[in-house]
Amino acid sequence: MATTNPRTLYQKIWDAHVVERRDDGTCLIYIDRHLVHEVTSPQAFEALRLAGRKVRRPDLTLAVPDHNLPTTARRDAAGQRIAIKDAQSAQQLAALEANAPAFGIRYIGDADREQGIVHVVGPEQGFSLPGATIVCGDSHTACHGGLGALAFGIGTSEVEHVLATQTLLLKQSKAMEVRVEGDLGPGVTAKDLVLHITGVLGAAGGTGYVIEYTGSAIRALSIEGRLTVSNMAIEHGARAGLIAPDEATIAYVKGRPYAPKGADWDAAVAWWRSLATDPGARYDKVVVIDAAQIVPSVTWGTSPEDVVPITGVVPAPDSFADASKREAAAKSLAYMGLEPGQPLNAVEIQNVFIGSCTNSRIEDLRAAAAVLRGRHKAPGVKWAIVVPGSGLVKAMAEAEGLDQVFVEAGFEWREPGCSACLGMNPDKVPAGERCASTSNRNFVGRQGPGARTHLVSPAMAAAAAVAGHLTDVRDLVC
Amino acid sequence: MEPVTTIDGRAYPFGQKNVDTDVIIPSHWLKTITREGLGRGAFESLRTDPDNLFDSAEFSGSPILVAGDNFGCGSSREHAAWALLDLGVRAVIAPSFSDIFSGNAFKNGILTVVLPQDAVDRLAEVARTQPIHIDLEQQTVTTPFQDRFAFDIDPFRKNCLLNGLDEVGLTLAQSDVIGVFEDRVRAERPFLATGVAA
Repeated sequence: MATTNPRTLYQKIWDAHVVERRDDGTCLIYIDRHLVHEVTSPQAFEALRLAGRKVRRPDLTLAVPDHNLPTTARRDAAGQRIAIKDAQSAQQLAALEANAPAFGIRYIGDADREQGIVHVVGPEQGFSLPGATIVCGDSHTACHGGLGALAFGIGTSEVEHVLATQTLLLKQSKAMEVRVEGDLGPGVTAKDLVLHITGVLGAAGGTGYVIEYTGSAIRALSIEGRLTVSNMAIEHGARAGLIAPDEATIAYVKGRPYAPKGADWDAAVAWWRSLATDPGARYDKVVVIDAAQIVPSVTWGTSPEDVVPITGVVPAPDSFADASKREAAAKSLAYMGLEPGQPLNAVEIQNVFIGSCTNSRIEDLRAAAAVLRGRHKAPGVKWAIVVPGSGLVKAMAEAEGLDQVFVEAGFEWREPGCSACLGMNPDKVPAGERCASTSNRNFVGRQGPGARTHLVSPAMAAAAAVAGHLTDVRDLVC
Repeated sequence: MEPVTTIDGRAYPFGQKNVDTDVIIPSHWLKTITREGLGRGAFESLRTDPDNLFDSAEFSGSPILVAGDNFGCGSSREHAAWALLDLGVRAVIAPSFSDIFSGNAFKNGILTVVLPQDAVDRLAEVARTQPIHIDLEQQTVTTPFQDRFAFDIDPFRKNCLLNGLDEVGLTLAQSDVIGVFEDRVRAERPFLATGVAA
């Protein structure tokens, strides 16, 4: 399938995975890595069982529970499993624990050190690789694009299709370049950058596209920061996000448990270095953003596109050109309990959540701890938790003493999982209360029925905890 | 999958832009290990309003939903499609859909019809009082007022829907082609072929 025409990174990965191309343009695409968690897989395994079908490549599949698990202790002092109170959650977790070995799939258990959020575990274990096609029954699979993998979320029927055939039938998306040039200012992070991009593009701006993030501001990001940016590609509607693998990516992957070794490693590195978009390759759409213009960002509404700088005010519904957006904005403000013109940096919060596949890696925890060191959460903040992305992140943070910083600041230090990002486990924000959250979605009821979510970076969440209201982290640390 | 040919009946004049999958089915309904019974949780946060469309005597059980731009954005949960199906919805008409949602809908025999905003607005208006007719073979949406809107659909999806084909079964029939590809990857990019032991 290789051609001599200049190709984008997306085109190169796509071409390398076409098993068969049909006349109508549909392609059978080979899937290199499949991550499975407890929520979107039980019906897929059941369908295989009913049809008498096997998993084609159990060795390319990795199962780990994350969505449902309580983030409180999972074993008692004697090492015995602590029963999960919610019977449905327990049943779903038990189903994955039984299905994985029954189909020959490697299973990381709920109390293993490697357990964590699938999108943290994949890169951390070297299971997610640059240039690979990676899927998971979870829309934030776009995350792995930060390594230069073509990674996207799929539904349960597609989970079944991948388990049975290791392929998916796909039409190629259009290619968009989002080029961010310049330097991010002090106190401005990868999260602020991706919130800003989502505000610029809108929640549907990337629909039908795979987005490649390029430019000096992207190149300057750490791998953790790149994973944060690509993670939220879905929040501007894109099927996947991509950031070209470079020497930083190669250094990140090297030596991880499932990363290639020996001669395979050398071959892998040579291929990864060939993947960057060729000069002259054409994107279907290009959006250019000036990094210097980006301010620490926060959401005011119930769509991730509802982004304003922390220095800004709640917009008036009338300020939107689109009639349906005016209607949606009015509903959002009623749900959020906000008034047009209200300054964001005075909005009081009662809860703080630091975690999720967007912001639970070691760098995120360091950034939050740097703000909290020697400080304490404000009296009005009733609940503040830190949920590390994996057991390994947790161990690393503890070795650095970050857990003590959080605990001394009045935060709870929890076990890894998805937690209050989506409120499937007991970690929920009470109705009518606000949460400064490092997660990725501010949808109605996302963090619990009636919960009001403000999406922010880890440093901004920490600053909000200290101030008791949304605030510009630069006033504390810069 | 049940074959889909025509869908006839009342339609919820729902509208609303960026309706996300958390609105279609909140996460606490996702703890199930089956595909059934999710209709009760469909649009739960909207159904706390006693005057909501979904429980109204006039619209309850309608097979068609007329929705706004970017319908089904957010999570990949196929539970959103299962919830709509359990609610009785067999087709959704909107100016655009999230990529993942439209794939999930298709795999459950729910037809997603993309039409321009003005056509969707017109159908929402008609839907308040009259039924709507969708013909997949003809690729048309028509109303008792002689409105006629043609829509595009991927030919593969159309064929699968019309014939109720099982996509997994179709691909499994190509196992040999997949095997040939795997052999090539083993030779050319062995680092991708090496997996993980259980």
